This record gives sequence, C-alpha cells and structure tokens, in this order.
Amino acid sequence: MTELAKKRPEFRNINALKDLPTYRLPAAGIVSILHRISGFIMFLMLPFIIWLFDTSVSSEYSFARFKAAFNIGLGVFPGWFIKLVALGLIWAYLHHLIAGVRHVYMDTHHAVSKEFGRSSAIVTLVISIGLTVVLGAKLFGLY
Amino acid sequence: MSVNYGSKRIVTGAHYGLRDWLAQRVTGALMVLFTAAILVQVLFSRGEIGYDLWAGIFSAQWMKALTFAIVVALVYHVWVGMRDIWMDYVKPVGLRLVLQIFTIVWLLACGGWAVQVLWRL
Repeated sequence: MTELAKKRPEFRNINALKDLPTYRLPAAGIVSILHRISGFIMFLMLPFIIWLFDTSVSSEYSFARFKAAFNIGLGVFPGWFIKLVALGLIWAYLHHLIAGVRHVYMDTHHAVSKEFGRSSAIVTLVISIGLTVVLGAKLFGLY
Repeated sequence: MSVNYGSKRIVTGAHYGLRDWLAQRVTGALMVLFTAAILVQVLFSRGEIGYDLWAGIFSAQWMKALTFAIVVALVYHVWVGMRDIWMDYVKPVGLRLVLQIFTIVWLLACGGWAVQVLWRL
C-alpha cells in the first residue's frame, strides 16, 4: 500500500510537446508503441514491398532491375536511399515479428509478471536492433 | 457505474472483437511460420543465391497456393491492425470512415498485385 501513497504525476490531456518529453515510457511501453509504428510503416510501404517481390521473381531481366535499384538507384532515388528504406523495413519486420511472438506468448500464459514484461521487452529491443545492425552492415557491404 | 463486463455484461451487439483478436494472432503465427519456411529454403540452399534459386522457391504450384493463403492472411492481419490505429487516434467518424475505406482499397489493390505476380511466375 505504501506504493500508492507516493505522489505520482498525473497525466491528463497529454500535450505532445510539453508532456511527452518528460514522460518516461517503460521498456514494455516502448516496444508497444514501436509495434504499432512498425506495423504502420509496413502498411504504407506495402506497394514498395510488393514491387520488390515482383521484380525479384518475375524474370532474369526484372531481377537485374531489382539489383540495380540497390546498387545504382531507382528513378530519382539513389541506391543508398533504397538500401536505407529496405533497412527500415527490415527493422520494422523484425521488431513487429518479435514483439508479436512476445504478445502471443503473454496471451497464452496466465501468470505473466511485471518483471517478465520488462525483461522480455528489453530482449525484444536487443534482438530486433541487433539483427537490424548485422543485416544492415551486410546490406551496405561492410562484410 | 454498474459492472458491465464478464458474466455481468449486458449483451447489446453481435460480436465484441474476439474474432478479430483471435484472427490477428492466428494470421500472425501463420506469417511467422511462412517466414521460417522461406528462410530455411534460402539458408539451406546450395550454390549461388541468385534469381534461379529465389524464383524457384515460389514457382512450385503448392508454394503459390501457400503464398496466396499468406497474402490473404496478411491483408486480414493488416486490416485489423490499421482499424485499431484509426479507432484509437481518429475520433471524427467521417474522417475515420474515409481512412478505413482507403485502408481496404489499399490492401485489396496490394493483395491483387501480389496474386498477379504469383501466377504469372
């Protein structure tokens, strides 16, 4: 009960500029909002994702265009920009997948503790960002 | 306010989102399995990873059928998620409706394109 007695800041009518920077979001909260943001990004980029699928499987000729988009560029966009967008999508997919698995695990296990919420959120962030860095280094030809 | 949940819930509508909640998890799990299936075929392949290997993965008829099912699962999954976002952040009903219609058109168009790519292969 002593926990409740402590005076805690109250957030009502949250102002994005005044209140959000001072609001310390816990790790589980960061994973949650990133789950949403990554899903939204993939929704908006869906035509690009299907374009990648289309050009990569349709023919040898389109496969060459697929490769050229990353190495030379696509329209007004230079190759490094296409790689950056692809890396953003790689992150979004990894984060969304791992956070989703965490979600389903929590749904199927009744006894989920506050500590597990925190530790699993940190694991989610470490794995998704770690894999993004490793794959990003490969994408940009660092190894 | 009186209790209006669990066994005390006053039933006023047809469904309360359980179907969408479950469908989002089932379709998500299917996409995880599909991702694993593709990864295994790429990682355990021999020789150069190029066009022949990549297109070969999707060229078998059963793989096209499976990929088609995954595309449908993806469209449903994204619809549930995007509807959640619009319902949480967009309060004016008219604007929300417009965004939901946009989402449906966007998803069906993308789904149709993906299916065309599959059976042209």
